[in-house]
Amino acid sequence: MFGLEGYGPLLLQGARLTVYVGVCSMAIAIVLGLIGMLCKISASPVVRVLADLYTTVIRGIPELVLILLVYYGAPTLIQDISAMFGHPVYISLDPFISGVLTIGFIYGAFSTEVFRGAYLAVPRGQVEAARACGMSSALAFRRILLPQMMRFAIPGLGNVWMVLIKATALISVIQLPELMRSADIASRNTKKPFTFFLAASFIYLCITIISNLIQQWAEKRAERGIRRA
Amino acid sequence: MEIIVENIPRFLNAAWVTIQITAISVFIGFCMAIPLSVIRVSIRKIFSWPVYAFTFYFRGTPLLVQIFLIYYGSGQFQEQLNAVGLWYLFQSPWFCAVLSLTLNTAAYSTEIFRGGIQGVPSGEIEAARACGMSGVLLYWRIIIPRAIRIAWPAYTNEVIFLLQASSLVSIITVMDITGVAGEIATRSFAFYETYLFAAGLYLVIVYGVLWLFRRIENRLNAYLRAESA
Repeated sequence: MFGLEGYGPLLLQGARLTVYVGVCSMAIAIVLGLIGMLCKISASPVVRVLADLYTTVIRGIPELVLILLVYYGAPTLIQDISAMFGHPVYISLDPFISGVLTIGFIYGAFSTEVFRGAYLAVPRGQVEAARACGMSSALAFRRILLPQMMRFAIPGLGNVWMVLIKATALISVIQLPELMRSADIASRNTKKPFTFFLAASFIYLCITIISNLIQQWAEKRAERGIRRA
Repeated sequence: MEIIVENIPRFLNAAWVTIQITAISVFIGFCMAIPLSVIRVSIRKIFSWPVYAFTFYFRGTPLLVQIFLIYYGSGQFQEQLNAVGLWYLFQSPWFCAVLSLTLNTAAYSTEIFRGGIQGVPSGEIEAARACGMSGVLLYWRIIIPRAIRIAWPAYTNEVIFLLQASSLVSIITVMDITGVAGEIATRSFAFYETYLFAAGLYLVIVYGVLWLFRRIENRLNAYLRAESA
């Protein structure tokens, strides 16, 4: 049953793409999360409302709907808008790019909340002291706030990553040959769907276990400067 | 736009399917999770280990794999399932959808309620024991009600996640909101209009459910309010 009939390499290739998609999306999610957090603590009410809108709306819509919306909807929207101006432009999106952008955009909303929580956990006096020492707010953010925030953000970001890597399976519906899609192809060709989806699920399980270990290591490392009571 | 207005009855039907599937899975999942979480905290490894393995597998793999494993994977065991007379169930996408969503939410909820059980103040358990309660009575009267109150906010999140995750059942041809949106979109080429409308529909349901669960939370914690008043 576990011979995989020569489809093992295909699955592993798929797994590699899954991890790659996951890492790229996570990078986007972290950048968007930091931007979102900065917007949420901004002095301008308009920016704050926009950031709130981003997190509330995105967290209320299923990932699958957003993936389909971006992959199928965005090209037609651009086509319709450009046609209105008299110059119809026809584009089609690459599944990898639209998948990564969508997943990154969705989990950016989740990491915004993680970073906001981490920001609130850093004592106010730290930034005030940095400002009093003459650091500009950008420098204080980079040197004082960000490193201390990271310690509080790592557990939350780890959770976001765990959900995100499983969400990448949804990109298989727009035909990106990641793990899920590879398992699908193999199971169609061999007529053994149970074998291949079970194998795929165990690969996902391995990714989860390894991520867990990395998270534990990162948490320990981030806390190495903290005195224990 | 006319396409959306024309199809509003279909969308409402589909919304009903989404709510139905989610509600059934949440209900059965809740009924499974309470006893499972009690077994999960058992000090006897023989009991707690199988439950841990179950939650670990279902929380560590994507829901899409679980759905495919049950819906397509059962085909590999057609003869055996036929022999015991269960094949007709596994032929139905609706049944497979509910089954996989139920197992998935049961796994997540078990871990949430486990956290709740472990969060029950030990003084309350000691007091119950001092009153002569033990075993089933202690769990039924003291620990479980308290654990549900503690875990309720996290459980609310899980229900919201499941509601959004139920969009995946459209991939195995169940006509929920996403399924109907997909069909209308491919027929009419109105991709972004239909998916945006579907997204809006989900938003309304998600925030409706959130409101409902907040009310239940207020109910559950009514005794706290009475005290402070």
